This record gives sequence, C-alpha cells and structure tokens, in this order.
Amino acid sequence: MYIETAADFDVTDYLRKEMMPHFLCPGCGHGIALRALLWAIHDLGLDRDKLAVVSGIGCAGRLSAYIDANTFHVTHGRPLAYATGLALARPDLHVVVITGDGDCLAIGGNHLIHACRRNLKLTCLMLNNEVYGMTGGQVSPTTSETRLTTTTPLGNQEPHFDACALATAAGAGFVGREVTHHVPKLKELIKAGLEHPGFAFVEVLSDCTEIFGRKNDMGSSSDMMMRQKSEIRPSAYLDTVDTPFRSNALPTGVLTRNDRPEYGAAYRQAASARAGTSS
Amino acid sequence: MNAIDPTLTGKNAVKLISGNHACALGAIAAGCRFFAGYPITPSSEIAERLARSLPEVDGVFVQMEDEIASIAAVIGASMGGVKAMTATSGPGFSLKQENIGYAAGAEIPCVIVNVMRGGPSTGMPTRPSQADIMQARWGSHGDYPIIVLTPASVSEIYSETIRAFDLAEQCRTPVVLLYDQVIAQLSETVALDGAGHASATRKWASGPRADYKPYDGGSDAIPAMAKPGDGYRTHTTGLTHGEDGFPTQNPEAVTRNLSRLFSKLERHRDLIDSSEALHCDDADVVIVAIGISARAATRAVEQCRAQGARVGLFRPITFWPFPEMQLRQATANARAVLVPEMNTGQLRLVVERVLAGMPVEGIHLFSGEAIAPSDIAARATALARGA
Repeated sequence: MYIETAADFDVTDYLRKEMMPHFLCPGCGHGIALRALLWAIHDLGLDRDKLAVVSGIGCAGRLSAYIDANTFHVTHGRPLAYATGLALARPDLHVVVITGDGDCLAIGGNHLIHACRRNLKLTCLMLNNEVYGMTGGQVSPTTSETRLTTTTPLGNQEPHFDACALATAAGAGFVGREVTHHVPKLKELIKAGLEHPGFAFVEVLSDCTEIFGRKNDMGSSSDMMMRQKSEIRPSAYLDTVDTPFRSNALPTGVLTRNDRPEYGAAYRQAASARAGTSS
Repeated sequence: MNAIDPTLTGKNAVKLISGNHACALGAIAAGCRFFAGYPITPSSEIAERLARSLPEVDGVFVQMEDEIASIAAVIGASMGGVKAMTATSGPGFSLKQENIGYAAGAEIPCVIVNVMRGGPSTGMPTRPSQADIMQARWGSHGDYPIIVLTPASVSEIYSETIRAFDLAEQCRTPVVLLYDQVIAQLSETVALDGAGHASATRKWASGPRADYKPYDGGSDAIPAMAKPGDGYRTHTTGLTHGEDGFPTQNPEAVTRNLSRLFSKLERHRDLIDSSEALHCDDADVVIVAIGISARAATRAVEQCRAQGARVGLFRPITFWPFPEMQLRQATANARAVLVPEMNTGQLRLVVERVLAGMPVEGIHLFSGEAIAPSDIAARATALARGA
C-alpha cells in the first residue's frame, strides 16, 4: 500500500532554489525527512501562502530556510512556543514545527509536554539523529546507551528518552514514528499528522553519518540505513488508541490517535458562548 | 456600549482603577489582541484582566507553561500580524531576555511589561524596586536597541501602554513598559480616553513579491513586514541576515544591517522621546527621577519651593533611548543634581555620564520601601543652599 510513484511531485517546486546548495552533510537523513514533508504537503495540496513552518536551532532547525513558504527560524528549544502564539493568533494558517531531539526534548522539553497536553492544531516533526550534530557531536536525550559522543567518551550511561511514549503520556492526540529508510511510509505518516485536527507529534529516526556514525564505527550511510530497518517493528497497532508501547524493537507507524477537542477551536467556541450570554 | 466594562459610557469615562488594571485597559484600547503570560507577583492582575477582556474583543489570552514560552508565543503571534503583549516581574523578565533579543534582531513588534519588585533573584515579590532599568536596556546578549517607557502614575500607565504599542508597531521593535510595584497596585482615577485613539499600524509589505526585500529599511530605516498569508513567503531568523532575510556572515551585510537597526530608533527620536521638566528653568538643584520616586520628588519640589529653595524635577518618561539632550537642557542652570531611586545607583550612573562634570548625588533606597518626599526635600534643600 505504500508503493506509490512520485511522478507528479517535483521537490524543487517546493524548495528555495536560491538557498541551494544546502548545508547538510553527505549521508544525513534530514534531507530525506524534508523531502517526505514536502511530498506530504504536495499530496495534500496545501496552500503554501497559508503554510507556516517554525523551526528551532540545530541541524533540523536549519531546514525551514529551504522551504518555499512562510518560515520562521526561532530560538533554541522554543519553536513549539512560537508556533503556539502564531497558530492561536492566526487559525487560518497551517503551522508546522521542525525540531531536533536536543531542541525538542532537552532545552525545549517543557514546551513539548505542554503542547501535547494543550492539543492546539500543530504538526511537530522531530528529527531524531541521537546527537547534537551542529555543535560537533555531543550526547543528546535520545542517544542510545553505551554510544560514544564527544561528551560521553566512556560511552553514554544515561537512558534515552522514548519521545513517542513521552508525547503519548503527555496527551498528544496523534503520535507516530517512522524511519528515513521508508520514504513513502514516512510521507504517509506526515500526511496523517498534517491532517490530524489537534496536536500531532511525528518522530523521524534520521541518521547523522558524518559525526555520530563515524564516532561509533557504524559504517557507511547505507549501512546505517540498513541498521534502521533491522531495529524497527512496523506497528501492529496502527490507528488504535491506547497502544501498548515498549517492546524489543521500536514500533513505527501511527502509535496514538484520538479525537480530543482541539484547543484553539475550544477556546474560540467558549469565547463566543460567553459573548452570547453577556449581550 | 463598551465591550470591556458596561458601566463605561463615552470615551471620556473616568474610573478608579489600579495601575495593572490600567495597563490591561490601555492594551485593549491600543488594539492588543493577544496576550501570553505566566503568573508572577506583582504583575498577575494584568493577565487576569486580559483573560476576561480579550475574548470579548475576539482576542486570545493564553497562560503558557513558563516565562520563556510566554514571550515566545507573543513574538509568534506578532509574526502573524497581531498586536501582542506579555507581562512579568524581575525573575520572569530575566527568563525572557534571550527572546527579547530575538524580537529586537528580527524586528518583531511586541510589548513587554515588567513590574519591578525587589531583587536580586526571588527578592521581595510584594515590595517595590527600580532596579531593572539597566536590565531593560542591556538584558539580552549582543548589541541591539530597544525602547523602554517608565510611567509614573496609573493614568500614565494607561496612556504609555497605548504609546508602547504605537512605538512597537511604528518602529518594528520590542518596547518594555517598566514600572514599580507601588504604581502597579495603587488605585487612582484615570480618564479612559484611549478608545478613540487612532492606533498606529505596522508598515506592511505591498507590491510584487519579486521586488520585496524583508529587511530593506527604505527611506526611514524601518522595513515593511510581510504578513503570512499575503503571498510573500519570507524567512525570519535570529541569525544575522541580509536584506533578503536569509542568514549571512558577509561582513558588509552584517555591519549594514546592525547599523540600520540602531539608526532606526535614532532617526525616530522625535516620535520616541518623552520627558517632563518641572521648575527646572531657574533651578539650582535638579532632581532626576522616574516612577514612584518621581511622584515623591514632585512633592519634594513643592516643599523646597515653599521654603524658598530653587529646586526642579526632570523626569524621563521614555527612559531608553535616554533623553540626554533634554536632561542637559533641564540642568543648564543647575549647580547640582540629586537622583533619588530605589536601587544602588543605576539612574545616577546614567546621569553622571550625560552630565559629566556636574556634581551628582544619589538617594538610594533598596529596603523594599518607597522614598519619602521629606527625605528628598531635605537633601535637595541642603544642596540648593550649598551644603
């Protein structure tokens, strides 16, 4: 079902050509994630004049500059908070957040859990490459145990966050995970996230080949991609609520989906109900 | 008649309200339609008022998860084209600083209210202070200009809140409204005449997309802003950027943009500057003060004059950019300057720099109490008599 042709999709139609060549390293998974996002936007026929992309700091944060839409590259860890203001003030816009594992789960962790709880319509794409790439390869909240980074020369001793379990526990209405190995599936997952009426959290397992892969002797970029494929377990719980979560392999696909009331609409509805009673 | 308070009729209604209440009403009158905040004493009444008032005017109030999220949401709303404000006090003001720098650099209009309480750190949440006047100017990292307004009465909080929004929109800059806990929670009568105010609006981008440059200052150094949805599809970033809005480290482009950012406020000083001089023309001693200390100093001037001492008062209303020329004019005939302030000497430092060579003395009270008029009058009278 995921084997689709992209015959009618030309990624360059959605990119700012004046920003090329991009700055991503050879083998980096972030470009694949960006392509999947733009393909999803294409498939849904979203009006890019009404599309706002807000991104934080780090390699993932730089992606917004390449997208031909209304783009906002904000401060480290805060894209969800900026996006909350933008989406509440301008409900006519479709607001997408691009963030990384450090941006979203470390410095911005508080904003993530509250965005999940609040359930404002936003699509949050978290690109997880297990490392702070932009700053040279330091340990992140999603770095796997025992991995080497410039700040874990003894091997990482801290347990890593399961971002999707966190988002689900915090109340996100839509939670999904996919790998850059499966581009059409990733595109379909992002599409489902974009179409979700409330807060949608999509984790993309992406590879940092130049820094993280090299430091940990993980081989070439294609070796790292094959590793992705071996470590995941396509979800048997697709489209169900209250998914049992932890397993030996990382589940992918839609992990949580519910129809809790969307915050912005609920707020406006309460405001007009109040106006009706006081006049 | 009035969406905010049905007891108000006509635009010249007079109400007995607190400073924080006046701030909320001023914001609504100025066209503020978005507020994000986090509870903190002694500013929370502003949020509580706006939580009720904003939905009545199709605006949005949101209590965010922390102080940083609040300023971030405000900037996000303003990026969307909506006039937006947050309010806080010392600890929250510290937390907001990085993003205030973003708003200054990316030129996103917004209003930040800081009700000053005793510090440092958690300090004295329910006690007044005037110790954030340097932080308001220099609190974020890097070089950037900012506008800071220091009202001294409930009525002036109302009018200066309106002016804060006008300046933010006209100059595309963050504006800090800085006042102390005393006038925040003091109740005074205010003429609510701002409803008929012709609010300033931002200069919006118009014309063909191909010709538009988001950070081209044009003839007045203030770039026209693209509103999302209008088809310009621009990029906004906290990285140093060129006229096209995209990141650059080209030395000429970086220098050109930062120079324009500073010239933007300097070129509009006629719009921005505001100060008041009371009995300064013949004054031997000029008192320089802001906020509640200026209220005490006004009384002190009356007491000094009653005793024959020629004492005047100079009061910056726009504190940053500092009204240097106006202060020099007000002290042209003075022999000494007295600076009463509720900190260890922040305003005195500015006055000493501006009036190099002039004897400048301070009254510095940082006990959590306001300065008494009699203390100011006693010292000013002594100075006027050459003591």
